[in-house]
Amino acid sequence: MKIREIRDVLNADVLWGEDLLDREVSYAFGSDLMSDVLAFVKTGTILLTGLVNSQVVRTAEMADVTAILFVRGKVPDEEVIQLAKENSIAILTTKYTLFTTSGILYNYGLRGIEADNI
Amino acid sequence: MGNISYEFPVEKDDFERAGEASSKIKKILRQLGMDSGIIRRVAIGAYEAEMNLVIHSLGGTIRIDIDPKSIIITAEDKGPGIHDINLAMKEGYSTATEKIREMGFGAGMGLPNMKRCSDIFEIQSIVGKGTKIVMKMNLKDGD
Repeated sequence: MKIREIRDVLNADVLWGEDLLDREVSYAFGSDLMSDVLAFVKTGTILLTGLVNSQVVRTAEMADVTAILFVRGKVPDEEVIQLAKENSIAILTTKYTLFTTSGILYNYGLRGIEADNI
Repeated sequence: MGNISYEFPVEKDDFERAGEASSKIKKILRQLGMDSGIIRRVAIGAYEAEMNLVIHSLGGTIRIDIDPKSIIITAEDKGPGIHDINLAMKEGYSTATEKIREMGFGAGMGLPNMKRCSDIFEIQSIVGKGTKIVMKMNLKDGD
């Protein structure tokens, strides 16, 4: 699924990365636990989270996450957006909660990381 | 490729800069043109170690040694040391505070994650002195 489609179906705002919207993601991973993100995420993943500190972007950087989608209307500080920019990670925000966001994306064909890949 | 080494200091409680050393390590490996899979493993291992230094230690260093056959990440700190390493290695066990958990860490996955990223994982700790973690990632043809 393209980041652009994810933006559209979630009525999300792009906080940074308008040029990166044609990137494809194969999986979504929803978590506020950054060590779980580091343990389980594969490349080609969009991270769904309610955490907005700089460690979320650092975690995404290390795990080669394609894009970060903040849920529940969360918006990070400018320095966090700047860090995403330095690492070419698209960041978006949606008003939906994590569960609803996940459900909508699942409905549009995006899948989670399967347990046998963990 | 000859042998390359870098060492980065990591301060305790410096959440502003936490992750900078690992970010630099990742960029070094990228500049060397290494495979993205091995870069990712090293970056994740280094980052977990760096976060542990920031969260749990009194300060320390992260070091990377690259030779033609392997990459070694060494995290060494000045204390306080780990009482029970077996317990610390257990997934889900953590001594992190509520404040750390609110930042998305302290889920008790740090050391297990480091082990998972490494081909050889060694941890030594002396209470009152410090902890030393060595992660060795073997390089294959094409890395």
